[in-house]
Amino acid sequence: MNPTRKRRLTIVLLIVAAAAVAVGLIVFALQQNMNYLFTPSQVQTGQANGYKTFRLGGMVKAGSIQRSNDSLKVTFTVVDASGSMPVEYNGILPDLFRDNQSVIATGHMDNARFMATEVLAKHDETYMPKELKDAMAKAHEGKHVNEEAGQDKPQ
Amino acid sequence: MTPELGQLALILALLLAFAQGVLPLIGAWRGNRALMAIARPAAAGQAVFVTLAFVLLVLAFLSFDFSVQYVADNSNLALPWYYRIAAVWGAHEGSLLLWIFILNLWTLALATLSRNLPEVFVARVLGVLGLVAVGFLAFIIFTSNPFARLLPMPPDGGDLNPVLQDPGMTFHPPVLYMGYVGFSVAFAFSIAALLGGELEQAWVRWARPWTNVAWGFLSAGIVAGSWWAYAELGWGGWWFWDPVENASFMPWLVGAALIHAQAVTEKRGGLRAWTILLSIFAFSLSLLGTFLVRSGVLTSVHAFASDPRRGLFILCFLAVVVGGSLLLYAMRAPKVAGGKPFSVVSRETAILIGNLMLTVAAAMVLLGTLFPLLGDALNLGKISVGPPYFGFLFTLLMIPVVLLLPFGPYLRWGKSDVPVLKKVLWRAGLAAVACAIVAALATGGEAKAIAGTAAAVWCGFGTLLYVLKRWREMPAGRRYPAEMAGMLLAHFGVGVFLAGVLLTNALSVERDVRVAPSQTESIGGYQFRFDGVQHTRGPNWEGDQGTITVLRNGSEVAVMHPQKRTYSRGQVQTESAINPGLFRDLYVALGEPMDPKQPEGAWALRLYDKPFVRWIWAGGLLMMLGGFFAAADRRFRTKRIAETEAVPAAALQESRA
Repeated sequence: MNPTRKRRLTIVLLIVAAAAVAVGLIVFALQQNMNYLFTPSQVQTGQANGYKTFRLGGMVKAGSIQRSNDSLKVTFTVVDASGSMPVEYNGILPDLFRDNQSVIATGHMDNARFMATEVLAKHDETYMPKELKDAMAKAHEGKHVNEEAGQDKPQ
Repeated sequence: MTPELGQLALILALLLAFAQGVLPLIGAWRGNRALMAIARPAAAGQAVFVTLAFVLLVLAFLSFDFSVQYVADNSNLALPWYYRIAAVWGAHEGSLLLWIFILNLWTLALATLSRNLPEVFVARVLGVLGLVAVGFLAFIIFTSNPFARLLPMPPDGGDLNPVLQDPGMTFHPPVLYMGYVGFSVAFAFSIAALLGGELEQAWVRWARPWTNVAWGFLSAGIVAGSWWAYAELGWGGWWFWDPVENASFMPWLVGAALIHAQAVTEKRGGLRAWTILLSIFAFSLSLLGTFLVRSGVLTSVHAFASDPRRGLFILCFLAVVVGGSLLLYAMRAPKVAGGKPFSVVSRETAILIGNLMLTVAAAMVLLGTLFPLLGDALNLGKISVGPPYFGFLFTLLMIPVVLLLPFGPYLRWGKSDVPVLKKVLWRAGLAAVACAIVAALATGGEAKAIAGTAAAVWCGFGTLLYVLKRWREMPAGRRYPAEMAGMLLAHFGVGVFLAGVLLTNALSVERDVRVAPSQTESIGGYQFRFDGVQHTRGPNWEGDQGTITVLRNGSEVAVMHPQKRTYSRGQVQTESAINPGLFRDLYVALGEPMDPKQPEGAWALRLYDKPFVRWIWAGGLLMMLGGFFAAADRRFRTKRIAETEAVPAAALQESRA
């Protein structure tokens, strides 16, 4: 092999090795950080079993928000058309968090409670995240998503 | 009447853009000078009509013309005039108008400043820009007309989303778009070079200042967006790896790779095909960014209501641009490996490694951002990719870049001497280790703080060493040509940025607390005394304003007034209070009253002490300055003139005027 070829071969091999390492790392990191979204009824039918951390999406049940007297602990219930799930969260809730608002909480199950580490409500009060709408539609195929909940931006 | 004029102006602009896009390209192909000469007047005419449309929309906002749907949706009688102007780009239709307006600014600048480039080449560049304008103007006219009427006219309008009612938001989108759209110029240069089968690399030298300026604007835009998220979203974070942020970050990464690759192509003739490919990618990613933000296909903290049908249009446009330019690339890319040879230890190698890392990082971000779509399409369920994915891989990929950075200026093209580099390694390395030890002692062995200090000193001190070397060795006046000053500024900025990111991450104290009036909480050596909440009102909102007195060792440091506003349409918005400093920010945001019926009672508060957070943005701004400085280099101007000496003297004078 002449020097030019040898150099090119080294470069190609190096690139292939680097690409392999990069792909491996990316797959590993993706697996570690994929968060699935489930609605309360999907959680109750056991679809979330086997996922330690996942996202729970649904509507805040009217009148379910309860603050603790001496700390920032707050509990509320997230519902979809056929399921409900009590959620516990320690911290400050987002501005648009209120009754009948669509929320996505990230966290894990502890007994029958969802312990949230992060709660997101959307900036735009008529807006419902597309993936949450899809998930809720999928959770009860055939049934219509709760009118109030499923309302997307009209235009 | 005036809104219809706006629409008419847009249609005329579309026709002119069509003329600008097609005729000069045919002229360049056929060698017809008359057709080529159409490019400039058509571009100027298009700019006039787009500007007219833009001004008419601004006027509609200023005069409360609620018979225009877009104005009625995004402003109301109580909105102050400066936010009514910002409302022009507060939603979809107007931000597209801003996009096309800025594209026209770039085109106009190019048409004016390119008088000493070969006529055929300019005709092609302006033609490609014209075609891009056709795409966007058609998009505005057919799917998202900002001048659509709303009849009967409502007495009052809706509201601009409160998170956008912030000074940061008034200039973040224009600056960001200056960057996004600026890459269209680099793109047009590359396509023009491909079309012309340009074997010389002179075009790269002409493209370089434009790319640098666009990248500088993009840096500024991202900094402004990050600052806005920090101050306005009320969470005190500065980067969330959110799809919309990623959308602006990907073109930035590819752009950073591009400006370095262009340097290699211009000076050594190497990486020609790669440079062209990168400029296609940078512009495609800018388009993808527009698509991601505007289509609503991804769930994001920034996701505002949007229309998927429009997404389809952008997607098709994207397919045509990416597909078309890649096809052209496949057919015309320089086949012969050009460029002067280089050894392993050379500036080319270092830039190549940096390029590889930056593009892989962009690909990694792209994968993570689009993975939810992919998972959806493959029926894997509703997936989101968490920030740790991005954080982990990005850090890993940037380590080689950071390690190579101080050597950059010392490395020579072709082949470099090793002893000089060893000296740099020793000096910068020693300084980094020494400062890391100091940091370890000062912070009690906080790993990220140590890493941050070491990385920052490594980059910053390494760059300063070169500044000193030039100062000693070169005669006054020739020490720092603008291009080199730009590089040094940007590289120093990387050091400042690293210090900001890692020190903030390691040393921040963030606590959510529940406090009753006159209760005190201690955070990071500061005492925050909650002095209660009063009712307050602004032009279009009412709200609660808290008073927090910050004390340190008994003496008062600051009195802060965070607010919780309720806008006239019922949207609630947190306004955090920030006490800025060079070495630390104190950050207070109101959470919610513990008992909604008693706002004068106890509240939930976010109290943050964020050391060095400002260094993050300072680093970004230094990189921006780097881009601008490099573009201002006289070499880019004088060489151009020198190369076109054949051009009659009259043309030269004109270009200088």
